[in-house]
Amino acid sequence: MRPFTLTGGRTRPSRADFTLITSVTAVDPQPERAARPQPEHARILRLCAKPVVVAELAAQLDLPVSVVCILLCDLLEAGRITARAPRPISRTSDMDLLQKVRDGLGRL
Amino acid sequence: MAGSDPAIREAPAPDSVKILIAGGFGVGKTTMVGSVSEIAPLRTEEPLTSAGLGVDDLDGIPEKHATTVALDFGRITLGRELVLYLFGTPGQQRFWFMWNDLAIGALGAVVLIDVRRPESSFAAIDFFERRDIPFVVGVNGFHGRHPYTPEEIRDSLALPAGTPVLLCDARDRASCRDVLIGLVDELIAGSAHGGGTGRPGRAG
Ligand SMILES: Nc1nc2c(ncn2[C@@H]2O[C@H](COP(=O)(O)OP(=O)(O)OP(=O)(O)O)[C@@H](O)[C@H]2O)c(=O)[nH]1
Ligand SMILES: [Mg+2]
Repeated sequence: MRPFTLTGGRTRPSRADFTLITSVTAVDPQPERAARPQPEHARILRLCAKPVVVAELAAQLDLPVSVVCILLCDLLEAGRITARAPRPISRTSDMDLLQKVRDGLGRL
Repeated sequence: MAGSDPAIREAPAPDSVKILIAGGFGVGKTTMVGSVSEIAPLRTEEPLTSAGLGVDDLDGIPEKHATTVALDFGRITLGRELVLYLFGTPGQQRFWFMWNDLAIGALGAVVLIDVRRPESSFAAIDFFERRDIPFVVGVNGFHGRHPYTPEEIRDSLALPAGTPVLLCDARDRASCRDVLIGLVDELIAGSAHGGGTGRPGRAG
């Protein structure tokens, strides 16, 4: 399937704030009276029944990240998914976070 | 920013962090992501064609048959609340426009070098140095051979004093994990010295 047919001819996401590690989750239950989702939308909804990040979704769908972001915008606007942005990283004050990463890696 | 949009909520707790695996063409980035990731590395690869690439790029890299045109993606679950994502940057120069986007929000980077041709990662080192993004240098020994000490490599790359240089084998999981630990230790040391908390920096 060609990307532009999936996205109705749009070439840019309208929500540039889907980062590669923004996590998306299908709303459960899905909104009432929502139109039947398009096949690619339905695939995404199945894949994000549990939280999954954008990059992983793109890889599983075998679609470019930019295309996936557009599809996610549609789903977000339709109230079918929620999206969670990663916490912004601040270099000087995230000792706690870094220590957790360090401890986790040490256990591998 | 996402903060203005009620549908895209800030995470209440840290849950996803990202580290870049960067370096020149064919230095072992994809291999490293695959070695430490708990999922098979997800990526888009395209057969290497002479049309898109100077033939001389392949000299001295007999192992090289395919090149990454999108990004490598790996996942390491560090706990119930924390997942580390690894992104291998594309090595070929014509895809470097992607690095800027990839760098946003990253904790830091591993710049991997092929010990046989370290110059192929000079540009990657410059990239992170100029943007003040913390990085460590991972020296991929190819065939497990490490003819140079970290100090010799630091000198030959003209790295700032104190930049960690770690000898590694991109095919080995524990070795790659140790490079990641080296980066995080460096971030912790930098964070302690960098101030912001008012506490004196501590060694280690
Ligand atoms: N013998 C040996 N081969 C390696 C090692 N690391 C990587 N390779 C091989 O070298 C080739 C290049 O490695 P990749 O991991 O694809 O390198 P890359 O940096 O991802 O390459 P690009 O994304 O195209 O820039 C592959 O065929 C690997 O199997 C190593 O430590 N030893
Ligand atoms: Mg690669």
